[in-house]
Amino acid sequence: MSAMEMTNVTKQFFKRAFSEDKRYDGRKLLDLNTVEIEYGVSNKAEGSARVKLGKTEVIAGVKLAISEPYPDSQDKGSLIVSGDLLPLASPRFELGPPGFDGIEIPRLVDRMIRESGMIDFKKLCIKEGEKVWTVFIDVYPINDDGSLLDAAGIAAVAALKNATMPALDKSGVIDYDAKTKEKLPISKETLPLSLTFYKLGNSILLHPTREEQEACDTKVTFGGSHWNGVLMINSCQKGWETTFTADEINHMMDVFPKKYEELHKKVMEALK
Amino acid sequence: MAVKRASGRKADEMREMTAKVGVIPNADGSASFSFGNTIAIAAVYGPRQLHPQHMQNPSTGILRVTYDLLSFSVSDRKKPGPSRRSQEISKVIEWALLPVLDLKEFPNTVIDVQVYIPQADASTRVAAINAAALALAHAGIPMRDLVSAVSVGKLDKDLVVDVDKNEEDFHEGEGPTDFPMAKIANRNEFTLLQLDGKIQPELVKKAIVMGQKACNEIYAVQQKALKEAIST
Repeated sequence: MSAMEMTNVTKQFFKRAFSEDKRYDGRKLLDLNTVEIEYGVSNKAEGSARVKLGKTEVIAGVKLAISEPYPDSQDKGSLIVSGDLLPLASPRFELGPPGFDGIEIPRLVDRMIRESGMIDFKKLCIKEGEKVWTVFIDVYPINDDGSLLDAAGIAAVAALKNATMPALDKSGVIDYDAKTKEKLPISKETLPLSLTFYKLGNSILLHPTREEQEACDTKVTFGGSHWNGVLMINSCQKGWETTFTADEINHMMDVFPKKYEELHKKVMEALK
Repeated sequence: MAVKRASGRKADEMREMTAKVGVIPNADGSASFSFGNTIAIAAVYGPRQLHPQHMQNPSTGILRVTYDLLSFSVSDRKKPGPSRRSQEISKVIEWALLPVLDLKEFPNTVIDVQVYIPQADASTRVAAINAAALALAHAGIPMRDLVSAVSVGKLDKDLVVDVDKNEEDFHEGEGPTDFPMAKIANRNEFTLLQLDGKIQPELVKKAIVMGQKACNEIYAVQQKALKEAIST
């Protein structure tokens, strides 16, 4: 498989198909892809998950460490999301320092989870001003067939739900091998999920394959979750070089709640 | 509205804006823009030869934006040098400006936009976009239109325009939401959308309308600054 740039002819083909609400795999433009989740990617991680979104596959692992709190939040633990687009997952990924996509994906996953309030950071404080838990979530793609960010978000959330606290020995040092059964302080009701809308011409679609995604001109990601029973948008980021009109934004806001609930159901079923 | 803004501003009231074009003599184009205490300065260099060569594009010139906070612009000194935050913001500013630029006439070249924040009181990325758009126009780069940007916020349940630091740190009820956006001045098209916080989808629609109105005010300030630069 080579990493060639898409030809104009292919792009025109996609444009025409999308305008008729058609896709290669038989889905309609706003149809979601299949979601599968497994746990136990690494028994050394405090929690881990493998997510398949269509043919896209991402693994995520949670590690916990003890550190000093940040100066502006003395009584709160912290969250650090990182990741790397390993050349293992696609001929399009290259060795070397992270490119923009490699920075954007963890940052957007971080914001989606943080702003949803899923993690109770105050409960991650061990001793105020001195010791707090830092939650590291690292996401790695294993196979990129598009919608990597949305898949990475599901993997990160699944790994968090799967994670348990490591034990502390008498002197307060972590014993990573002695795992407890205690879960992380996360809300059971809150399930942050992102949906990225891709646009080609006047068509807007969800969960594109890598090829569909490459044909598109622009994209915008919305992360959402329930807060006191109300669906909230927690994060948003538009990318790429063309625009969204006000009407298109309104349309996406009409579509989002329905699609979020649909994805929520799929993920909850896959989480079992 | 239920929440009173600490600044005493009305919900749809912007901070005082200033804009000035031609602030850096060495640059091909330059401008400063401020929302109250948030100041952005921008310089444009180019079109010029692009190095490294492998980044050159024979079908078009490219835009390269560098945004950052200066070390003394915030309360806790910001460590100099690029961070994940500054790299992300640089990229979204690039995307915010590209839709109005026509760089096809400058193949293999780069247009460098440097935007820095000497003093920050929130809304820095949108101030940076307003300054950068002015600097590009001042440099005479072919543009279809200007870009104007603003940050709409939500404090608990109420929408407000042009968020300041005090409001960014608001922590009651539904908490703070920061919703920076940029739009093409004379079209209803958005070139930047970012968001952090908690906001219902229906309120996103209202925030967009509020942002449109604010961007019109910003556009007027930008136009005035450009006219002043020509007449003097």
